[in-house]
Amino acid sequence: MSVEHHVKLPEGSIEKTTTTLNLGPTHPATHGVFQNILELDGERIVSAEQTVGYIHRAFEKLAERRPLYQITTLTDRLNYCSSPINNMGWHLTCEKLLGVKTPKRVDYLRVIIMELSRISDHLICNSVVGVDSGAFTGFLYVMQYRELIYEIYEEVCGSRLTTNMGRIGGFERNFNSAVWEKLDKFLAEYPKVLKEFENLFTRNRIFMERTIGAGPISAERALNYGFTGPNLRAAGVDYDVRVHTPYSSYEDFQFEIPVGSTGDCYDRFLVRNGEMWQSLSIIEQAYRKIQDMKGAEAEIYHADAPLYYLPPKADVYTKMEALIWHFKIVMGETEIPPGEVYQCVEGGNGEVGYYLISDGGRTPYRLHFRRPCFIYYQAYSELTKGAMLSDAIIVMSSLNLIAGEMDA
Amino acid sequence: MALTNETIKERLVARFGEQLTNFEEPYGLLTFEAPKESNLKVLQYLFDDEELRFQFLTDLTAVHYPNMPGRELAVVYHLHNLRDNVRIRFKVFTASAQPDVFTATQLYSAANWMERETYDFFGINFVGHPNLKRILNVDEMEYFPLRKEYPLEDQTRIDKDDSMFGRGALPMTQQGPAEGPMSPNQPELPVSGAPVE
Repeated sequence: MSVEHHVKLPEGSIEKTTTTLNLGPTHPATHGVFQNILELDGERIVSAEQTVGYIHRAFEKLAERRPLYQITTLTDRLNYCSSPINNMGWHLTCEKLLGVKTPKRVDYLRVIIMELSRISDHLICNSVVGVDSGAFTGFLYVMQYRELIYEIYEEVCGSRLTTNMGRIGGFERNFNSAVWEKLDKFLAEYPKVLKEFENLFTRNRIFMERTIGAGPISAERALNYGFTGPNLRAAGVDYDVRVHTPYSSYEDFQFEIPVGSTGDCYDRFLVRNGEMWQSLSIIEQAYRKIQDMKGAEAEIYHADAPLYYLPPKADVYTKMEALIWHFKIVMGETEIPPGEVYQCVEGGNGEVGYYLISDGGRTPYRLHFRRPCFIYYQAYSELTKGAMLSDAIIVMSSLNLIAGEMDA
Repeated sequence: MALTNETIKERLVARFGEQLTNFEEPYGLLTFEAPKESNLKVLQYLFDDEELRFQFLTDLTAVHYPNMPGRELAVVYHLHNLRDNVRIRFKVFTASAQPDVFTATQLYSAANWMERETYDFFGINFVGHPNLKRILNVDEMEYFPLRKEYPLEDQTRIDKDDSMFGRGALPMTQQGPAEGPMSPNQPELPVSGAPVE
């Protein structure tokens, strides 16, 4: 694309006609630690060069020295807006390698947690798109429902942001009554809030003019750039890992995949909103399925996998056998079969993949994370070329870039 | 019309014959290997063939096997045919003395940063890459940190030694005794493939 330069300099001038602007690494509008070196002609972007890696923590190397359980905490810190999805994805990877089969109730509990995470992830992303276009209200308004989701996490696993939730084979404990009460509250109140949130934005003239046509991408380019998740679907490709490679019994649920057509910020916004409605419906379906369970099945919260699932703490203190297993599992001394596994889940911003190679040792021989936003962020310079500086900000927030995930 | 692993294998063997080796299906995912010189030919064929159409590059990374002389570094491609919803894994092996592999950026724009990351951590020199420089690590770094010769912890520690727990060193992990602090120029595995500045 040829861009006409608007700054006219006298003949023979040695000055540049463009301005270099460092956007980031700690610019308040970038929502994370990444830097963009923009070449500007007035307010129009001539080129953008991304620099990533500011919070690189060498997770892949660290993982080569950690038993499987200790890697869960690393996955928390990838996409920290939806860490439970990463945790579950990692447990699913281990279960695939170890051949652990999870009971249906565990799958449904996981689905509830993963869909709650998806809602909290999309909620933040969409409301931040609002903030960047000048609408702060939505962001503050939905924050209390993210808070409610975090309270549910807290009841399930004890922590909020970096959850380290679950175990290989299931959950560390059954959901208590507070979880279900809070979930009831969420399911009862959130639809109204989401509706109101949509009312604030979807037909808002200012919001539409800011987002429609900003940072568009065609389906073909999006695929070539390795887009996944809502960003790909906004470009019109109905690829969703939950449907194409079902995991955790997603095949038992009825839901739609919202798609857009132009792949611009507005479509990405609509797709995320649509997905939140679908997530709510999935949670309700899972809730009903769990309520329909009877007898012993209704109490199961982990697979019968004594080799990998920690024994109850009370037994560890009182029974020799349980103590031995506890020690073996914590020290990573249970048998891990050699193998090569790729497992993916639909994360908040795309396909989160785990490529695990085990040589039978106590730690992975190699572990690679497929981090969706690392892959699609390279399209940023193409998306913003020729756009206005203010579009650069809104494109960045609507891509749902998470620095922790990008830099691993 | 479902595209099965057998069909993919048949078509590939019909086109490339003996060149493709080590067909496996770990956990149902078709995996095979090609000589590194023909990685682009295979990728192009997988991309263009009207039945295969592996047009989505899911993942690209590398693995270091220091005990396989002449084929220490493996570049691993995960490809996805979104129409038939089939995935495959494709590997090429290269010697760490001359880790040159052709770039896939012409086929997949997504490969750009993934190859930069792979170069950054393993030192694979992607020939023809438009901008092969470090991406996550600092530019001044002189070694490739995910290679196995750079131990993560102090190797004098014995409390985490596998052999202390009744599990001997296994063939894949078997390494010579690691020595002292990291040094970029260890004699047994010279680091090469210097960046094209």
